[in-house]
Amino acid sequence: MPHEKRKNLLLGILSWVLAVLFLSPFYIVATNSLKTQKGIFVGITSLPFGEYFSPSNYVEAFDKLDFIKSFFNSLIITGTSTVVIIVFASMAAWMLVRTRSKLSTGMYFMFAAAMLIPFQSVMLPLINLMGKIGFLNPGGLIFMYLGFGSSLAIIMYHGFIKGIPVALEEAALIDGCNKFQIYWYIVLPLLKPITVTVSILNVMWIWNDFLLPQLVINRPEWHTIPLKMFFFFGQFSKKWHLALAGLTISMIPIIIFYFFAQKHIVKGIAQGSIK
Amino acid sequence: MKKSRFWFWLFVGPILLAFLTVVIVPMLRGVYFSFAEWNGISNDVNLVGMDNYLRAFQDEEFINSFKFTAKFAAVSVVAINLIGFGLALLVTQGLKGSNIQRSIFFMPNLIGGLILGFVWQFIFTKAFDAFGSAFDIPFFEGWLSTTGTGFWGLVILMSWQMSGYMMIIYIAAIQSIPESLNEAAKIDGANAWQRLLNITIPMVMPAFTIGLFLSLSNSFKLFDQNLALTRGGPYGSTEMLALNIYQTAFARNQFGYAQAKAVIFLIAVAAITLTQIYFTKQKEVEM
Repeated sequence: MPHEKRKNLLLGILSWVLAVLFLSPFYIVATNSLKTQKGIFVGITSLPFGEYFSPSNYVEAFDKLDFIKSFFNSLIITGTSTVVIIVFASMAAWMLVRTRSKLSTGMYFMFAAAMLIPFQSVMLPLINLMGKIGFLNPGGLIFMYLGFGSSLAIIMYHGFIKGIPVALEEAALIDGCNKFQIYWYIVLPLLKPITVTVSILNVMWIWNDFLLPQLVINRPEWHTIPLKMFFFFGQFSKKWHLALAGLTISMIPIIIFYFFAQKHIVKGIAQGSIK
Repeated sequence: MKKSRFWFWLFVGPILLAFLTVVIVPMLRGVYFSFAEWNGISNDVNLVGMDNYLRAFQDEEFINSFKFTAKFAAVSVVAINLIGFGLALLVTQGLKGSNIQRSIFFMPNLIGGLILGFVWQFIFTKAFDAFGSAFDIPFFEGWLSTTGTGFWGLVILMSWQMSGYMMIIYIAAIQSIPESLNEAAKIDGANAWQRLLNITIPMVMPAFTIGLFLSLSNSFKLFDQNLALTRGGPYGSTEMLALNIYQTAFARNQFGYAQAKAVIFLIAVAAITLTQIYFTKQKEVEM
C-alpha cells in the first residue's frame, strides 16, 4: 500500500515538526540562560559556547532565588496540603456516600456547585477574614488549600466510593470495628487508585499556585518557588541572562517529577476531567 | 442513631469547616461588601447601595476588560480544542514515536502560568525581535507592545500550554470508541475523512463538553499568565477581568468597587459555563 505508507510518512514528519515546535521555547530559554547578557543581545539562536558562555548565571540565580529554601517551602506546603486534603476529603466523601439522607445529598451538591466559584470572587473577603483570625501564614495557607481543594477531591472520591460494595464494611462492623477503624483499615486501602489521581491533581495545582500564597504569605522566608520567582523577575527583568537561569531552575523540579510519575499524571488528568 | 450522627460530623466536619470558612462565608460577605465603600481591612463599611454596580457598568475600563476577556476566551477556546483534538488524532495513528510526542505535547501544562508567562515574554520580545530583524520580517517585531500582539501573545501562550491537556482528554475518548464501528464503516467503503466526521467526532462529543468547559473557564479566569506576560499593558488594554479586579483592589485600594466587579465576574463565569454545558450536552450521542 504505497498510498498508506506515504500518508504515514507525512503524518510522522508533521508530528515531529509539531513536537519540536512545542519544545522550542524550552530550548531557547535553556540555551540563552547559559550566555552573558551581551551573548543574548548578539545572537539568540547561537549556542552558548565561546566567549559568551556563562554558567555562573546559575550560581547567581540559585543564590538570589534562595532556591534550597524556596524549594523546601514549596515542598512542605504542597505535601502537607495534599495529605490533609486526601485524608479529610476521603473521610467526608465516604460518610456522604454511606449516609442516605437529604442532608448528605445536599452537602454533596454544595461541594459540587462550588466548583463554579472563581477564586477572584472570594479573594478580598477571604484575605480580610483570614487576617482577622491570624491565618495569614503557612499554616493558614494549608487550611485554605483544604477549603479550596475540597470540592474536586470530594467529587472524585464520591464517584469512586459509590462503586465499592458495602458488604466488606458490614462484615467489619459485625466483627466489632468502629467507624474509624473501618475507614482506616478497610476503606482507605481500597481507595488507593483514586488517591493517586487526587494527589497528582492537587500537587500540580498547589505547587504552581501563585496568587493565593502571594496574598497569604508576607514573610520572605516562607516564599514558595513561584512567589520567589515573581519578585526575582521584577528585580532582574532587564537582566535576561539571570532571569532565564532563574526560570530554568524553577522549572526543573516539576519536570523531574514528570519523568518519574508520567504514567500516573496522564492517567490522573484523563480521569480527573471526567468528573 | 445518635452515635451515627456523631460519626457523621466527625468525618464530614473538618473539611466542611474549611470549605465554609474559605469559600462560602467569604462569598456571602463579598456580596455584602460589594454594596459598600470598603477599605479592605476594617469592618466598618459604608453602605452605598447599587453605586458600585452602576459605576462598573459605566466604567469604560471595566467594559473594555470584559470585552477583551470575552474575545480572548472565544478565540483561545477554539484554538486550544482544535489543536488538542488534532494532536490527539495524530498520536493515535499508531505511528512510531507517538508516546514521546504525547509526553512532549503535555509538558507545558506541568509548569505554572506565572513562569510560562515570563518564558514567553522572552520569546515574544527578544527571540521574535531577533528573528524579525535577521530575516527582515516586520511581523515579528515589537510583540507585546500593542494591544493586538498582546492579545495574540496570550492566545499563543494559552494554546501552547493547554492543548496538551485537551489532547489527553481526547485521546482517552478516541481510544474508547469500539474498533468494530470503524471496521464496519471501512467495509462499507467509508474513507478516513468520512469516518472522522461520522464516527470519531460524534463519539467524542462527551469529551468535547469537558474540553470546552475546562478551556472556557480557564481562559475566562486567566490571571497568572496575564500578569506575567503583559501585566495588562500597553496602558491596561490587555488587562483581563481577574487582573482588573486585582488591580482595582490592591493598586487602587477600591475594595468595595473591586468586590462588586468580583460578584459580576462570578455571575458571568457561572452563567457562561452552565450555558455551554447545557448546549454541548444536547449534542452528545445517546448510547
